[in-house]
Amino acid sequence: MMTNRKPASAREAFAGMSRIGTTARAWKFGDDIDTDAIIPGRFLTINNPDELALHAFEGTRDEFAKKVREGDVVVGGRNFGCGSSREHAPLALLGSGVRIVVAQSFARIFFRNSINVGLLPVVCHDTGKIADGAKIRLNAKEGYIEADGKRYAVEPVPDFMQGIVDAGGLVPYAKGLKKVPVCTKSRR
Amino acid sequence: MGATIVEKIFSGNCGKEIRAGEVVMAPLDGAMIHDITGPLAIQKFYEMGGSRVFDPERIIMLFDHQIPADSIEAAQNHVYMRTFAAEQQIHNYDINEGVCHQVVLEKGRAAPGEIVVGADSHTCMYGAVGAFATGIGSTDMGFALKFGALYFKVPETIRAEVSGRFPNRVGAKDLILAIAADIGADGATYKAIEFTGRTISKMGIPGRMTCCNMAIEMGAKAGIVAPDTITWEYMKCRRKMKPFVVRSDRDADFAERRSYDVSDLEPQVAIPHNVDTAVPVSKVAGTHVDQVFLGSCTNGRFEDLKEAALVLGKKKFNPEVRVIVIPASRDEYLKTLRAGLVERFVKAGALVEAPCCGPCMGGSFGLLAPGEVSLSTSNRNFRGRQGSTDAKVYLCSPATAAASAITGVITDPREVR
Repeated sequence: MMTNRKPASAREAFAGMSRIGTTARAWKFGDDIDTDAIIPGRFLTINNPDELALHAFEGTRDEFAKKVREGDVVVGGRNFGCGSSREHAPLALLGSGVRIVVAQSFARIFFRNSINVGLLPVVCHDTGKIADGAKIRLNAKEGYIEADGKRYAVEPVPDFMQGIVDAGGLVPYAKGLKKVPVCTKSRR
Repeated sequence: MGATIVEKIFSGNCGKEIRAGEVVMAPLDGAMIHDITGPLAIQKFYEMGGSRVFDPERIIMLFDHQIPADSIEAAQNHVYMRTFAAEQQIHNYDINEGVCHQVVLEKGRAAPGEIVVGADSHTCMYGAVGAFATGIGSTDMGFALKFGALYFKVPETIRAEVSGRFPNRVGAKDLILAIAADIGADGATYKAIEFTGRTISKMGIPGRMTCCNMAIEMGAKAGIVAPDTITWEYMKCRRKMKPFVVRSDRDADFAERRSYDVSDLEPQVAIPHNVDTAVPVSKVAGTHVDQVFLGSCTNGRFEDLKEAALVLGKKKFNPEVRVIVIPASRDEYLKTLRAGLVERFVKAGALVEAPCCGPCMGGSFGLLAPGEVSLSTSNRNFRGRQGSTDAKVYLCSPATAAASAITGVITDPREVR
C-alpha cells in the first residue's frame, strides 16, 4: 500500500493522467460488482478512506489492497457498484489511490457517490477488451482510454454533473453556496 | 401526451410541468439517516459549511444496522449521531424502533406525492405509499440536510402490470423475485418501476412494501404504487392529509410496459450470488441450509411472520438449522407477540431477536462461515453479504423460509402439511 495518499479530485485525476501515464495498471473485475464486494458490511463503522482502503475487495480479491498503487485504475463490466448506497465503497477506492473507475455501465447511486467524493466514473463500452494488469491511461480531453496501446472511446460525464466534477466533488461545489436554486411552489 | 406518476410528483412539488429526463433541484419532504451512512453524512454536512439543518422536522434519524452497538466503533458512531440530533433538534428514534424503512412508513414520515430521500439504497420502499423515494449516498445526504433540496434527473418509468390471484403460499416476495429475474439486475437503472394492475390493487401495504423495497435490485431509482383507498387507509392514523389522486395517465410515455400473471406463479428462490437469478423452488428443492433468516425491511412485517407461522403450525424447526426471526419494528414485534407467534417461533427452536437489520447486511451478528448456506427473506444474496465470501445466500419468501427451516433443506412451502 502506498503511503501519503492524498485524495486528489476527479478533476486533478483528469488533468493529471499524463503524470500517472503508463505506470498505472488496470485492475480488472467482472459484471455486477456490488458495493459489498468493494467494502464488506463489517467494515462500515470505519469512515476514513485510508483505513477503508485496507479492506477494499477483502474476500473478493485480497491482493488488491496489498498491491494497488497510486493512480491505478479499476476496470469493471456492467452495473459496477450495484447494491448498497454505502459511500464507503468509492471512499475505499480513493483511499487505495484509485482516482478512476472505468466500466461498461454503473449502478446509479455508486456513479453519483463517486462524482460527489471525487472519484471519476468513466463509461467505456469496450472494457471487455481490457486485460487485467494492462497499462492504462485516460485521455479525457480527447475522450478515450488507452490500455496496452489500444484506444477505446469513453463517454463524457453528464452535463449537469460536470460542474461537480470540475469543482472536485460535491463538498467543494456546495461549500460556497448559501442557497440553491430550488424549483418550488409555495410550501405548506 | 399524458404524464407518469413520477413526472406528476416532480411537477407537483416543483410547481411546473416536468418531464422525464429533465434535471431539477427539487425540494425534499423528508430525509432519513441511519447508523451506517449517517456519520459520513453529518461529516459532509459540516464540510459543506452546514450549521443548521434545513428543517429538523423533516429529518428522521435512527439506528438499526448495528444495534445494540456491537463494537466500540459502532457505539462511537451512535454517540456522534446522538450529539448531532440533540444539537439540531432532529427526532432520533435511536436503537428503539427498528429497521429504518419500516419505521419511516409507520411514523408517517413518507406520504403520497412526496419526495423523500434516505441514505440507504432500500429507501425506494416508501413508494409503497405513493411517495417518490430514493436512496442516496452520504455526500448527497449532507447536501440534502443543508439545503433541503437535491438534484434529480427525473426518471423514466417502467410500468409493471400484475394480474391474477396468488396461489396458496405464494405472495409478493415471489412476485418481486420473478420480476427482478425478468428485468435483470441493471434492467431498470436510472428508471422508476411503477407496480400496477389488479393484483397490486388488492395487495396490502406490507406486500407493496416488499415489491417497492426490491426495485433497487433492478437498479431502479424508485419503485412506486399509485395511492388508492388502501394507501389512504394506511395513512389515516399517520398523517393529517386529505386524500387526493396522483396516478399515471393512460397515455403517459412509459419507458416500457411489462405484464405479469401470478395465477400460476411458483414460490421463487434467488440463487447465489445475484438477486436476478430467481428460479421456481422446485429447481433448488433439497439444497441443504445451515441458517434461515426471517426478517429485514423486505419481509419482517407481522404479515410475513404470520405467513411463516401458518406454514410452521405446531411443528418444530430442524434442530440442525439456526433459525433467526427478527420483526422489522417495535410495532411489528408487538403485533407478532400479541398474536402468540413469538412463543410459537421460540418453542419451535428459533431465536427471536429485537427489531434490527440483523444478518441481512453481514455486519452485526448471524454471520456465515465458509461453506455455509443461508436461506433468507432479505433482499440481497451478494457474495459475502452475510459473512464469508465462501458462503452462499439464497433469497425467498417467508413461507418458503419457514418450510425449509422445518425440513433443513430448501422446501416448497406447499408441500409442508
